[in-house]
Amino acid sequence: MKLHRVAAVFLRQTYLYKRSLPRLMEILYWPLLDLVLWGFISVYLARYQEGLPNFVAFFLGALILWDILHRSQLGISVSFLEDIWARNFLNLFVSPLKPSEYIMALMCVSAFKIVLAGAVMALLAWVFYSFNIFLIGISLVPFVLSLVALGWAIGVFTTALILRFGQQAEILAWGVAMLFQPMSAVFYPVSVLPPFLRTLARGVPSSYVFEGMREVITNGGFPVQKLLWAAGLNALYLVAAFFFFYRVFRTVKKKGLLARVGE
Amino acid sequence: MTADKAPHPDPLARSTRPAVSGPAVELRNLTKVFNGFTAVDDASFEVMPGEILGLLGPNGAGKTTIIHMLVGLTTPTSGSIRMFGLDLAGHRESILDQVNFSSSYVSMPYSLTVAECLKVFARLYNVRRPGPRIDELLATFGMSEVRNKQVRHLSTGQQTRLNLAKAFINDPRILLLDEPTASLDPDIADRTRSLLVQVAEQKGTSILYTSHNMREMEKISARVVFMHKGKVIATGRPAEVVRKFAGHDLEDAFLKVIREERT
Repeated sequence: MKLHRVAAVFLRQTYLYKRSLPRLMEILYWPLLDLVLWGFISVYLARYQEGLPNFVAFFLGALILWDILHRSQLGISVSFLEDIWARNFLNLFVSPLKPSEYIMALMCVSAFKIVLAGAVMALLAWVFYSFNIFLIGISLVPFVLSLVALGWAIGVFTTALILRFGQQAEILAWGVAMLFQPMSAVFYPVSVLPPFLRTLARGVPSSYVFEGMREVITNGGFPVQKLLWAAGLNALYLVAAFFFFYRVFRTVKKKGLLARVGE
Repeated sequence: MTADKAPHPDPLARSTRPAVSGPAVELRNLTKVFNGFTAVDDASFEVMPGEILGLLGPNGAGKTTIIHMLVGLTTPTSGSIRMFGLDLAGHRESILDQVNFSSSYVSMPYSLTVAECLKVFARLYNVRRPGPRIDELLATFGMSEVRNKQVRHLSTGQQTRLNLAKAFINDPRILLLDEPTASLDPDIADRTRSLLVQVAEQKGTSILYTSHNMREMEKISARVVFMHKGKVIATGRPAEVVRKFAGHDLEDAFLKVIREERT
């Protein structure tokens, strides 16, 4: 073994981190998110040492619903990356295809993936853990729609970032949605969060969905107010994401970056 | 073309079109500046219906930037682009419906088969009866035997031919080709050139293409536009451009211009 060759490969890898903020995420972002998420779960579990109500339903229900949000986002951003990886993006946009048509097609792909992945998750949860996601009842429909809408907003936003900053930003496709996880209060109630995160959570549509889910599992009913909050915020997020995407699309055309996407 | 030796009866015939009066493509004072660097500087020229126009120049001359502006991938800083008498910025969709593009540097989706790729693009361009059209193009480009092969398993030459087949899918009135024969062997390159001449003559398709192959340029271009450092330095029939720079042929003229500049 020659050390200079090991050093050469090490150097080649570290050069990547020198100029790439997205790559620095691997070192800073993921460990931080893991720590925050599992820290709050631990606080929640410690608070209810005597016995957590509906423990299995809370966690499996939350996991399946979170997966729906994450899949809907990936359905947009990873499908977009597929065209970049294949160096096919140019071929699409020299055709009469409009950006809105492209995004609409990605949304359809996302919906298709969610239906399949959701069905698989629900079936496995029932087979392995005797957990029936449908015990949430009719509220499940607006919960899912709300999470899909947020996933699409995050997906469109992420796609715009990759379009602007190129393939080096593709790690954002997997990372941006996770930023919403601690504030979405997926596995614990919003009350576990410190005051400043609680304030932020009020602006995150998914926090109302997961709070609503726990409410329905515990007391039944239909959380109208929470769903209205989620719907209103989702509408804002979607409008903002589309606005951002169009701005970025115009900018990349001006800068000549659209022709270089995937290089 | 290697696989299907038998000549195809009028292989690219799909529709009859009304004659176009005036230039098919018209650039006026086109300029593109990227962060203070002028990639295209006040370029003006036109391509007539049925004309093959060669865009000639060294690397960095601005040829590809012009093609990217013509297909709407890059927004010009100033100047105008008109196709069929219509302004590209205001009529993108209807213009690009009748234009197509091929580049050796752009790929098709690797996981799709040859036929699947063409089906996707037939849909994008709203081709009526895509099945027979795809069969014709596969025969014309000698790809019938690999129609069910995934793009990832094609040779470089086959991938280039697939790109060319895609460029003909909508029976374009304007064809923009960025180094279309760059990775083709001499036999297939020659057949491709013959096809371009045939399409221009028989169907009145206007073809604008870039190439570093000067013999090719001389052989098939009715006129050439010689670009250097973003500027159009000569326009005319190949023989006129050769005379202007006192060369023996186009390659000699090209070398004279480039080398005089460097010395």
